[in-house]
Amino acid sequence: MINPALLLIFGALPIAFLQRPLRQIYLLALPIVAFALALGIEDGSYGHIKVFDYTLETLRMDGLSRVFMIIFLIATFLGTLYALNDDDPVQQTSGMIYAGAAVGAVLAGDLISLFVYWELTAIASVFLILAAGTEKARRAAMRYLIIQVGSGVLLLAGALMHVADTGSIAFVHFGLETTAGKLIFLAFGVKCAFPLLHNWLQDAYPEATVGGTVMLSAFTTKLAVYSLARGYAGTEILIVIGATMTMFPIFYAVIENDLRRVLAYSLNNQLGFMVVGVGVGTELALNGTAAHAFTHILYKALLFMSMGAVLLRTGTCKGSELGGLYKTMPWTTGFCIVGAASISAFPLFSGFVSKSMILSALGYEGHWFAWGVLLFASAGVFHHSGIKIPFFAFFAHDSGMRPKEAPFNMLLAMGVTAFLCIAIGVYPTALYDILPHDVDYHPYSTAHVINQLQLLLFSALAFTFLMMTKLYPPELKSTNLDTDYVYRRLLLRLIAWLRDALAQVDRQGRQFLLGIVSAIMDWIQKHHGINGMMSQTYSAGTMVFWTLAMFLVFLVMYLAA
Amino acid sequence: MIAQHLPILQIVLPLMAAPVCMVIRHPQVVWIWATLITFLCLPISIALLVQVMAEGVIVYELGGWAAPWGIEYRIDKLNAFVLVIVTAIGAVVMPYARRTVDTEIPVSRVYLFYTMLLLCEAGLLGITITGDAFNLFVFLEVSSLSSYVLISFGKDRRALTAAYRYLIMGTIGATFYIVGVGLMYNATGSLNIYDLSKLIPELGGSRTIQAALAFLTVGLGLKLALFPMHMWLPNAYTYAPSAVTVFLAATATKVAVYALIRVTYTIFGTVDILEIVPVQDMFMVMAVIAMFVGSLVATYQVNVKRMLAYSSVAQIGYMMLGLSFDTVTGVAAGIVHLFNHAAMKGGLFMALGAVAYRVGGVRLEHMAGLGKKMPWTMASLVAGGLGLIGVPLTVGFVSKWYLIQAALEKGWWMIAVLIVICSLLAVVYVWRVVEVIYFRPVSEIAQEAKEAPLSMLIPTWVLIGASIYFGIDATTTLDVAFAAARTLLGDGG
Repeated sequence: MINPALLLIFGALPIAFLQRPLRQIYLLALPIVAFALALGIEDGSYGHIKVFDYTLETLRMDGLSRVFMIIFLIATFLGTLYALNDDDPVQQTSGMIYAGAAVGAVLAGDLISLFVYWELTAIASVFLILAAGTEKARRAAMRYLIIQVGSGVLLLAGALMHVADTGSIAFVHFGLETTAGKLIFLAFGVKCAFPLLHNWLQDAYPEATVGGTVMLSAFTTKLAVYSLARGYAGTEILIVIGATMTMFPIFYAVIENDLRRVLAYSLNNQLGFMVVGVGVGTELALNGTAAHAFTHILYKALLFMSMGAVLLRTGTCKGSELGGLYKTMPWTTGFCIVGAASISAFPLFSGFVSKSMILSALGYEGHWFAWGVLLFASAGVFHHSGIKIPFFAFFAHDSGMRPKEAPFNMLLAMGVTAFLCIAIGVYPTALYDILPHDVDYHPYSTAHVINQLQLLLFSALAFTFLMMTKLYPPELKSTNLDTDYVYRRLLLRLIAWLRDALAQVDRQGRQFLLGIVSAIMDWIQKHHGINGMMSQTYSAGTMVFWTLAMFLVFLVMYLAA
Repeated sequence: MIAQHLPILQIVLPLMAAPVCMVIRHPQVVWIWATLITFLCLPISIALLVQVMAEGVIVYELGGWAAPWGIEYRIDKLNAFVLVIVTAIGAVVMPYARRTVDTEIPVSRVYLFYTMLLLCEAGLLGITITGDAFNLFVFLEVSSLSSYVLISFGKDRRALTAAYRYLIMGTIGATFYIVGVGLMYNATGSLNIYDLSKLIPELGGSRTIQAALAFLTVGLGLKLALFPMHMWLPNAYTYAPSAVTVFLAATATKVAVYALIRVTYTIFGTVDILEIVPVQDMFMVMAVIAMFVGSLVATYQVNVKRMLAYSSVAQIGYMMLGLSFDTVTGVAAGIVHLFNHAAMKGGLFMALGAVAYRVGGVRLEHMAGLGKKMPWTMASLVAGGLGLIGVPLTVGFVSKWYLIQAALEKGWWMIAVLIVICSLLAVVYVWRVVEVIYFRPVSEIAQEAKEAPLSMLIPTWVLIGASIYFGIDATTTLDVAFAAARTLLGDGG
C-alpha cells in the first residue's frame, strides 16, 4: 500500500534534477500515477506507525477522505499542466509537495499526522508566493507564512490538550465543548479564512505566481473545510460564520479593481457556502459541502487560470486597464465564461448541482434566515464573479490591447477544467456517486431551475442597469451621474458614505493596532537589534557585574530558605 | 580485563594522546593521530552507556583508593549519555576539522590546535565522568584553558579579545565553583559527590552549605552561559575557528549543564533545593528570558554564526526550563535536549564552516544565492534550522513536545504558550537565512563558490542526519533520558 501523498511528496524531490522535456513528462505522470494508486485503496485504515507512545494512522480511507483526495489529485494534475512551461523547479517542487501534503492531510487519521501535513502545506505553499519574485510578494509571503504556521501552532496546542484530556490522538469529531476543541476549531478557522481571520487569503493569493495562485486556490482552504466537516459537523455556530463569510466579501469584491483579488474575495464567499453546509451537518448538507468543494476547486481554478493567462499576456489584472481582450484571446474568454457560469450556478454547470444541495439542506432544517442570506449571496456571486470578471477583462471598453492567445498547455488545462465543469453540471450522478453519504437528490427539479434562473436574471438585470446608468462603482473613471436619478444618487451616496465611514473606522482601527505592533517592534529593535542593549559586546566589567548580581540573588534566596 | 578499565581509558586516552601531538608536530600525522584517538573514545563511551543501561551504576576507584578518600569515577545513565554526546561530537569534528584547519590555522601551529582539541575533549569527558567535586574542578580548568587557546586561534583579530573575555569570565566561574566546593568541604569534610549527597541533608540549614550552593550555581551558570551570564558566548563562538565553534557549541555548554544537574539533583538532590519556590521560579524566569532574548537578538543578526550563537543562548534556556520543572518529564526533556541540540547545532555550525571555507565569510551577504552553488550544504542548513524551530520529524520537535507536556503536567499554561511563541521567533530567524540562500541572486563574492568537500559534507550530514533520525525514532534517546531523569529524581529505576 503506497500512500499517494508520500508518492507526491517524495516524488517531488527529483524534479529539480530532471531536464526540460523529461521533467515535464515526469510532472504530468506523477499525479496520474498517484491517482491510479489512490483509486485502488479500499476503505479502511492503513499506514500505522508507532511514534513515542502513540500509533499514527497515516492513511484513513472513507467516503469523506476519498472525495477530497480525488479532487485534490485532479487539481494537482490540472495545476501542473497549467504551469508546465514555467522553467522554475523550485516552484514545481514546492507545488508538488504542497499538493502531496494536502492529500496527506485529508487522509490523516490522527492529529499528529494531520499536524505534520498541516504545517507542510504552509511551508511548501509559501514558495509559490515567493516565486513571484516581487517585493510585494515577498512581504505578503512572510505574512502568509506566519499566519499559516500560527494556525499549525494552534492545532498543535489543541491536539496536545486533546491528548492530555482523552489520551487519544484520533482525528474524529471534536465539538466545541472542550478548550481543546475550541483551539483546534480556531486553527481550522484560520486556514478556512473565517471572517476577521481571512485577510491572509486576499493578501497573499493575488501576489503569487500565475500558476501558483491556481494551486493555492485549490488546497489550503478546502483542506480546512474537510477538517471542519470531520471535526465539527453540525456545529450550529458554523452556520452563522458561514453565512457571514458568504456576505461580506461580496462588497469588497464589487469595489475591488484587481481581478485576481476579486476572485480571492469570491473564494472566501464560496467557502462560506461550504462552512454553512458543515454547520447544518445533515447527510445532505455534508454531501453538499463535499460536492461544492469538488466543483468549487474546478471552477475557481478555471477562473484563476483564465485571469492568470490574461496577466501573463498583458502584464496586468486591473479591471480598469483591461477590456476587449475577447478579440485576440477567444478561447480564454470562452473558458472564463464557463467558469463564470459554473460559479454563478447556472443550470447545466457544475456550481448548480452542488450549491443547490446546501441550500436545500438549509431549507429542510428550517434555517430560513441563513437560506435567505445564501440566496442573496448567490446573486452577489453572479454579480462579481459571473459578470464582472469576464465583462471587465474581455469585453467592456476596448483597452486597445491585442495580446496573443494563452499558450497551448494553459489552454489545454483550461479546456479540461471547463469540460469537467460542464460534465458535472450535465451528469451530476458521477459526482454524487463518490460523495460520503448515499445521495437521493435531484438538482434539476422545476422549482430549483426556475428559482435559480430568476435569481440570475434579476442579478444580471441589476448589473446591466447599474452599468447603463453608470452607477456601477469603481472600475469607472468617470463618476458622473445622470441627473434624472436624484433619489438613486442620494441612496448611492448614502451607501458610499456608509462604506467610507466603515472604511474609516476599519482603517483607524487597523492603524491603532499597527501602531501598537510597530511600537513593540521598535522596542524590540532598540533593545535586541544589531546594536541594541542585548546584542552588544560587553566589557568584562559588565559581565562581572551581572555575575555578582546573580550571585547575590541566589545567595539571598538560599539563605532565606 | 580492558572492559573493567574502560572508565579510566576514556579519560587517559585523549589526555595522554595530547602531549604526543607535541612530539609528532607534522600537521597531517597529528591530524591522523587525533582522529584515531577520538574514534577510539566513541566506542568506549558507547560500551559504557550500554553497560550502565544494563547493569546500573559503574564505580571505578582510581589507584584502588576507596571513596571518599580516593577519587572515584562514577558513571550512571546521565553521565554515560553525556559521555556519548561528547565523544560522538569529537569523532565527527576531527575528520571535518582538517580542511578548515588548512585555511584557518597557520601550518606551524596546527599541531598545537589538535593538542588543545584533544585536551579540551579530555577535560570535558573528565568533568562528566568523575565522581569527585574537586577532580571535577581540575577537569573544568583543563577544558577551559584549552578552549581559551582554541578560540584565540580564530583568524579574525577579535578572536583574541573574545578569548580573553571568555578567559576572565571562565576563570571567575571556575573560582566560584571551587569556592563552593571549598565551603562544602569545610562543612562536611568530603569531596566525593555521592558522599556529599548523603552528608549534606544531615547538616540541615547550615549557612555554609547555602552559601556554597549559591557559589556553585553561579559558577556553573556562568560556564553554561545562563542568561544574564551569557555575554561571553556570542563573541567566543563567532570568532573561534569553525571546527572549534562546532565542538564547543555542541559539547562545552552541555557538559556545564550536566554539572549543574549533578549539583542540584545529586549533591543537593535529597534536600531538593528546587522545592524552595523562589529558586525554581528564578531558574524558570531566567530560562524563559534566555529563550526570548536569545531568539529576538538572533533575528537581527547579519552574521549567521553570531545568529546561531544567540540561538544557542535561547536553546540553553530550553534546557534550563526543562530542569526547572523538577518533574521526570521536564528533566528528561532537558536531558534529551542536551543531545538533540548538540546534533542540530553541531550540524548547523559545520554547514557554516563549509560556507566560510568556500566563500570566506558567513554574513548574510556571503550566503546570498548559495542554494544553487552549494545545494547539499544549504540543504543541511535548512534541515538543521527546521530542527531549531521544532518542526515535526526533527529532534527539535521531540524536545519541545516533552517540554510542553511537562509544562502542561504542572498546569503551567503560560509556559507552554511561551515555548510555542518562542518557536515562532525561531521561524523568523531561520527563515531570514533560508530566504537569502534561495531567493537572492548569487553575490559577487560567491560567484566562484563550489559545493563543500566531502570531508566536510559527510560529518555535517552525519549530525543533521542524526537530528532527523532521532526526531523520527526517538526511542533510544528518550529511554535513556527518562531513565536518567527517574534516577535523578529518586523515582525508582
